[in-house]
Amino acid sequence: MSDPAITPELIAKHGLTPEEYERVKTILGREPNFTELGIFSVMWSEHCSYKNTRLQLKKFPTTGPTVLVKAGEENAGVIDIGDGWGVAFKMESHNHPSAVEPFQGAATGVGGIIRDIFTMGARPVFSLNSLRFGPISAQDGDSEIHQKAVATNRRLFAGVVSGIAHYGNCIGIPTIGGEVYFDESYNGNPLVNVFCLGVLKHEQIARGAAKGVGNPVFYVGAETGRDGLAGAAFASRDLTEESKEDRPAVQVGDPFREKLLLEACLELLATDAVAGIQDMGAAGLTCSTCETASRGGTGVEIDLAKVPKRETGMTPYETMLSESQERMLIIVKKGQEQTVCDIFEKWDLPYAEVGVVKDDGMMRVLDHGKVVAEIPASKLADDAPVYSRETKARPVPEAIDPASLPVVNSRDALLQLLAHPSIASKNWVYRQYDHMVRAGTCVLPGSDAAVFLIREANKIVAATSDCNSLYCSLEPREGARIAVAEAARNLACSGATPIAVTDNLNFGNPHNPENFWQLVECVDGLAEACRAFNTPVTGGNVSLYNQSPAGAIDPTPTVGMVGLIEDEKHITRSNFVKEGDAVILLGGLGDELGASHFLKVVHGKKAGRVPKLDFAKEIALQDAVRALIKSRLVKSAHDCSEGGLAVALAESCLSGTEQIGAEIDFGTPGLRLDQLLFNESQSRIIISTTASNAAAVLSLLEWRGVPAKRIGKVGGGALVIRADGEELNWQLGELHNAWYSSIHNAMSES
Amino acid sequence: MKAAVIRFPGSNCDQDCFHALHDVFGVETHYVWHKETSLEAFDLIVLPGGFSYGDYLRCGAIARYSPVMKSLVDQVEKGKHVLGICNGFQILCEAHLLPGALVRNRSLHFICEHVKVRVESVASSFTREALTGQSLNIPIAHGEGNYTADDATLHALNKNKQILLRYADANGAITDAANPNGSAQNIAGIRNERGNVFGLMPHPERACDALLGSEDGKFIFESVLVSAGFIKAKS
Repeated sequence: MSDPAITPELIAKHGLTPEEYERVKTILGREPNFTELGIFSVMWSEHCSYKNTRLQLKKFPTTGPTVLVKAGEENAGVIDIGDGWGVAFKMESHNHPSAVEPFQGAATGVGGIIRDIFTMGARPVFSLNSLRFGPISAQDGDSEIHQKAVATNRRLFAGVVSGIAHYGNCIGIPTIGGEVYFDESYNGNPLVNVFCLGVLKHEQIARGAAKGVGNPVFYVGAETGRDGLAGAAFASRDLTEESKEDRPAVQVGDPFREKLLLEACLELLATDAVAGIQDMGAAGLTCSTCETASRGGTGVEIDLAKVPKRETGMTPYETMLSESQERMLIIVKKGQEQTVCDIFEKWDLPYAEVGVVKDDGMMRVLDHGKVVAEIPASKLADDAPVYSRETKARPVPEAIDPASLPVVNSRDALLQLLAHPSIASKNWVYRQYDHMVRAGTCVLPGSDAAVFLIREANKIVAATSDCNSLYCSLEPREGARIAVAEAARNLACSGATPIAVTDNLNFGNPHNPENFWQLVECVDGLAEACRAFNTPVTGGNVSLYNQSPAGAIDPTPTVGMVGLIEDEKHITRSNFVKEGDAVILLGGLGDELGASHFLKVVHGKKAGRVPKLDFAKEIALQDAVRALIKSRLVKSAHDCSEGGLAVALAESCLSGTEQIGAEIDFGTPGLRLDQLLFNESQSRIIISTTASNAAAVLSLLEWRGVPAKRIGKVGGGALVIRADGEELNWQLGELHNAWYSSIHNAMSES
Repeated sequence: MKAAVIRFPGSNCDQDCFHALHDVFGVETHYVWHKETSLEAFDLIVLPGGFSYGDYLRCGAIARYSPVMKSLVDQVEKGKHVLGICNGFQILCEAHLLPGALVRNRSLHFICEHVKVRVESVASSFTREALTGQSLNIPIAHGEGNYTADDATLHALNKNKQILLRYADANGAITDAANPNGSAQNIAGIRNERGNVFGLMPHPERACDALLGSEDGKFIFESVLVSAGFIKAKS
């Protein structure tokens, strides 16, 4: 079979513009052949090159005294956690594959992020995931289109969750938290953002550089097949009706192979045999060879005939562009080849010496000794075009006057909010994940942040992922600032001090000026907030072209934040604990109903101004909560977010192993009841403390300048709320039913 | 005394079992790779949870042919104590060291959660430090934990008091609602007739630290360590 001729149509099909093709020719000094065209096409896709976002990502703060490996340097950033230990963590998306094949799409997303972590030399210790789907609830009388969308969304949701469970459970890395949201904008375009964190000693940090001219290059792990051909390029296009045809671009995962690869690689890295290591993720063999050469300032020559393959007759084009999973490229110190062979024999994994490090800066690909591609490695890896796309600001949304809203029954509204799948308990999801393996999960899923004891390092780490995309769709910059603030607030409530951030930017097609404006605004908001909280961005991922024929998704800059808890005694959960404890609200009653879930869920409006965030106020609040926790004055702490005070109070009643009621009296605030209960003003936390400590807590807060008010007490079999002479009363069973079973019920209907 | 934690390819609770034995109880513990052929040196042998061979074909079906299994059978015959947790239980059933089989959960979903199991008999090397009827809070995490056996086997298990743990509700009642996976007679753990092999689906190694929510798993380890003569009985 001979390669096709390079025509303008073929170039366009590879996603390269005529200008980009000219650039390719300049770099090569000639026309590329078919294999080289394929290589440029994947390396210069948005997924690999960040060509549309590179200028934006430069705005993030990436340095700090604890940063051991910076964003963009390697597969994942590494942060110092003290005593010679570090954590490597990162978030990555697998949105497009999950849209066409949810089970494998999500499973291989988990596999990919885990490889990124152990490539750094770290042992992966836990995962989180942030998932978004279209609605999964339908009522009688809904349109046929809606019913059809709901059926699809349920299939995607069920498939993604079981794919994550399949991979994570088998490999033995607990999935201990995350978030799941449901909104129409994700119809046909779900988001699957997966986060993994690993632990390592400082001296164990491994590098993905092809160092040492003459060192042999080894291929280890699963054989290469035709799966996932050009997946990176597929992920850099809009999703359309025809995307189903791209199913071969979705990889197939084998968590068992990855478990063996993980153990074998960590065993090998513990020896002195490795000069460089790089996983084969997006763009597979192509990306790993040119990136290691580029980082090492060297060249790499490989012969595809030596690559272990699971299919016969694979062309060089297919071999270079395959995204088969569970593969690594290892640069071995010359003379230590036998160590590699012994370890991979022990773990029954394929391995092969496929090439050698050269000094000529070229990525040279041979097939049975014949050159099939020859490209300057650093130009391919680092000289992708960089674009600043056109932006067009969207108008500022109109403010909503609460007085203009029809009066609804607030008692029913709380039940409606608790039953909304975005707010409802996610037990249907996390029961399917092994969230306790590695015997370190101190706070089970469902609290404000996941908390994990890393035994080898004797450190307690807290982690959370957050993003309110409703806020980001209305006012992207404010929404992004709030995403960071909320993540930090969740960590504070669990007793942790934030140390660093990873982010996953999920947006629509960047060629649409409004989409690109959203991206720029969100990046500015994230950058500003990360500076305010002193949390450097250690890396992450960009996923563009998240749009279906119905339009772009709501902008979703997911924030993954990691913090440290000094002492196990400081670990704090969101649920009320003991009858008679005092309930104290920190940060005021608030009054901003704009962009709230109350408006969305109860009034069907995604509208209004996003609540304002004041960094100084927020930081004072978080510092105060941490100080109270460290003084052992806090029994529970829960932040107010979607659904406002009423939802936060109900969650504190319901989320413990034992449900417990509360009696709340707001006095005479003079606000409309719905505005009081469901507003989403920022910088608020509800804590409980023993009745005898309440006065001390209040005076400490006053001294710190944080507004605080004792609003009631824990106890009883109901949640009772009084304000301005009105009283609302919900039995715990009724609240629990709405909240606990909602997702389960929706998924049982299909 | 010496304990072995066998590592099959795909074992993933090996480090947790090692931690429980070595760090919590101070037992000299060694990992034993499945390609090893002798377990002679060990007094207690643990088959940890995980997905040996990726659960391909059937849970435990390939691991039971690992080289180490021949020696395991020899040690069982010699009366050594063997503890199989989760996938380890599945492997013991596949190897016919315990009767019955573990099939797909009736919900068809993987389930991870804390459950209550009732101690059915303390006349065993693995539960002697607990009380009959005592409720233990120990997590489960499995997709195939639905214990199945024919009527004659179930009858014999009952008659010989081989059923050591059953899923129960908070009041200790054996109910269908308290059965997380559809197991016959709510069975969560059984021993062999001789009494030196114990398989259970719950993970006692995940319940040895108050920080993780329960220390009830210690009863299982304490019992077998008393039986092996490593620690003294409490009462």
